[in-house]
Amino acid sequence: MIDALSAIGLVKAFGPTRALDGLDLGVSTGEVHGFLGPNGSGKTTTIRILLGMMRADSGSVTLFGGDPWSDATSLHRRLAYVPGDVTLWPNLSGGEVIDLMGRLRGGLDKARRADLLERFDLDPRKKGRDYSKGNRQKVALIAALASDVELLLLDEPTSGLDPLMEESFRQIIREEKSRGDRTVLLSSHILAEVEALCDRVTIIRDGRSVETGTLASMRHLTRTTVEAELTGPPIGLADLLGVHNLRIEGRCVHFDVDSASLEGALRILTDVGVRSLVSQPPTLEELFLRHYQQEDTSKVHQ
Amino acid sequence: MNRPIGATLAGTGQLVRLIVRRDRVVMPLWILFIALVPISYAATFDTLYPTAAARAQFAETSGSAAGFIALYGRLYGSSLGELVTWRAGFVPIVIGLISILTVIRHTRSEEESGRRELIGSAVVGRNASLVAALSATVGANIVLGALLAAAMVSQHLPASGSIAVGAQFFSAGALFAAVAGVTAQLTSSSGSARGIAVIVLGVAYLLRVVGDVSYRSGGTFAWLSWLSPIYWVQQIHPFGGNRWWPVALTLAAAMMFCILALMLSERRDVGAGLFAPRLGPAEAKPSLSTPLGLAWRLHRSLLAGWIFGFAVLGIVLGGLSESVADLLQGNPNLQQILARMDGHAGLVDVYLGSVMSILGLIACAYGIQATLRLRSEESSGRVEQLLSTSVDRFRWAMSHLVFSALGPAAALATAGVTAGLTHGINTDDLLQTLAQILGAALVQLPAVWVLTAITVALVGCTPKIAAAGWGALAACLLISLVGTALQLNHWILDISPFTHTPKLPGNSLSLTPLVTLTAIALVLTTIGTTALRRRDFPIG
Repeated sequence: MIDALSAIGLVKAFGPTRALDGLDLGVSTGEVHGFLGPNGSGKTTTIRILLGMMRADSGSVTLFGGDPWSDATSLHRRLAYVPGDVTLWPNLSGGEVIDLMGRLRGGLDKARRADLLERFDLDPRKKGRDYSKGNRQKVALIAALASDVELLLLDEPTSGLDPLMEESFRQIIREEKSRGDRTVLLSSHILAEVEALCDRVTIIRDGRSVETGTLASMRHLTRTTVEAELTGPPIGLADLLGVHNLRIEGRCVHFDVDSASLEGALRILTDVGVRSLVSQPPTLEELFLRHYQQEDTSKVHQ
Repeated sequence: MNRPIGATLAGTGQLVRLIVRRDRVVMPLWILFIALVPISYAATFDTLYPTAAARAQFAETSGSAAGFIALYGRLYGSSLGELVTWRAGFVPIVIGLISILTVIRHTRSEEESGRRELIGSAVVGRNASLVAALSATVGANIVLGALLAAAMVSQHLPASGSIAVGAQFFSAGALFAAVAGVTAQLTSSSGSARGIAVIVLGVAYLLRVVGDVSYRSGGTFAWLSWLSPIYWVQQIHPFGGNRWWPVALTLAAAMMFCILALMLSERRDVGAGLFAPRLGPAEAKPSLSTPLGLAWRLHRSLLAGWIFGFAVLGIVLGGLSESVADLLQGNPNLQQILARMDGHAGLVDVYLGSVMSILGLIACAYGIQATLRLRSEESSGRVEQLLSTSVDRFRWAMSHLVFSALGPAAALATAGVTAGLTHGINTDDLLQTLAQILGAALVQLPAVWVLTAITVALVGCTPKIAAAGWGALAACLLISLVGTALQLNHWILDISPFTHTPKLPGNSLSLTPLVTLTAIALVLTTIGTTALRRRDFPIG
């Protein structure tokens, strides 16, 4: 697969603060890539570097194989960007902004524009100053989605949307995905959204990527929760390496197990005899929390 | 209104402190500046008209000139204090304008930006921000009035009259602050709220002009003056009657507007106006397809306002030239001073030249304002969306700088034409006069461009302190206003580009300074736009 964009070892300092500290990010053509991190972790700075608005202090970045700083305008014809905090011109109507942005990107699909206006339930006649945060975001989203571009850079695009509109957004992104030729970089701190939409995920913290890969491969790195009702006592389970938080209540067992030890643990259970079994794959939430908790405890130890 | 009014005012004191803190530089500056203006008038009149006879003669000629009556109002006596108060007749309008801007800035602008909601969610009553803005502005006007009175006493003017002038300025400011308090409730856009209040101020001024000019010719419209609060405060007659009832009248009106504003504020939602927001078009016109098309939408109403203002200024100042000629004829002192400023030109020409130079300085304000639009687009984050399209930074910057460069040109040309026409009617050769005065207006442009270009360079190189462009203008203004009078060192005068513009009309047009200034402006603009293309975006 060809990379739509890639960043290697990005470093960017603003005065004494290091916003990016060796960040790596790779997004292949046609994928929806989740870009996860808490507020202030460097997501927006990364996107601004990808857009050629800022220059990294060190590291390399390519967009469609080009240099986003020097080839900005030609590369920008192929992408659309929705900033996290959308501000509009107070005296321009939403419809005017959508059309202006579309024209500046080199054209707008009128039917698509009408369809999106309806699905996002937006009145395009209101002036910029009269829109709520969510509606401003919709204006930017419609402008981006109605343009025929290869890459969508979405910076926390649903942070102002209500749950109903969030669902519309997910539906639309799924449709984009099914077209197969649109690439989406979706920065977010809403895990459910990323879980629902993304093929691959990059998790960043303090300007550094701490994890990257498919959701499936990431789950390998973490624990599955198992709940089982047995016919006898689970002998040897407590001694198995990789089993954590074991709780035995009569014939019921609860435990978390590392992916590597899952097979061994299940063998012990089936040897005893299983009446019922519930196992839960790790959610992204847990993945996320584990990364941050680890970092926090390691900081405490220092 | 079931709630006690006190509950809606919770937190007002803290908001007043917040306003004072946010305006801690601007507020003292304008207070000080305005308080000092009449002192400079006192010093000037004292020098030019040292005797009672000379003052009486001045009052005779200029007190009845239509142009002066329009600009300052009627003259009620010829004592030094009365002349100074009359000469400062335009100042209450400036105070009214500043008061309007201050109140809107801390009420409707706050709501429009959403900051009001943040504050409203804390323990703050719904009327608190309105009352805080009004209190802070009225408070600033009290300080201004007191300072002014003290300053006038220091010029050996009678204390009672000095206090009356202070009351005059204070009550004008308080009244228009209250007017702005009302208009801030009307629309959801701070621009419209500001616009309506400024229109009220403008109408008040115009009513006084029409009424007073009509009065001079014994006309039937003299009563129109009574509709204008600006006329009311002039009825105080400082240093003459020192009457207090106009102060009471004006403050009563201000109180009524304050109560009206509070009632309106009670009846509306945060963020909403009394007038429903107007809807815009659902689709953009074909003209809104380029950065320039967008810039036109963003600049056009401000530019139209400036051009209109310059047209009016041109009419008034051009119309005054005849009275200036009369005035100079009777005063050898003044003739001497003007001759020292410029020995080769006729006196009316010197007057017109200095008027155009001042118009040039005023036009700089538009150039700087239009240039700083680049900064507000950047810090608001709007530019991010624009620059993520195929628009590059240079093209975006140029779309705004077109207005910085051509806006002052349009304004100056308009003032040149209107001044040329009004003055030309009084002379034998209308066309030649028109051409001369238009030329005198347009030679200011290269100097205007230099100041604008300084701002461009600041926006590019040191975006966080780009507003320092105003400082450059203030320096030039100071040099122009006091430079010759104080007979400053020549190298200080040379700092201002306006020192180098040819003194037209009346002198020969030399191209060298014009070309040099334009070249400097081009270099500075290039430095600014180059830096703009190289630095990080956006800087907050």
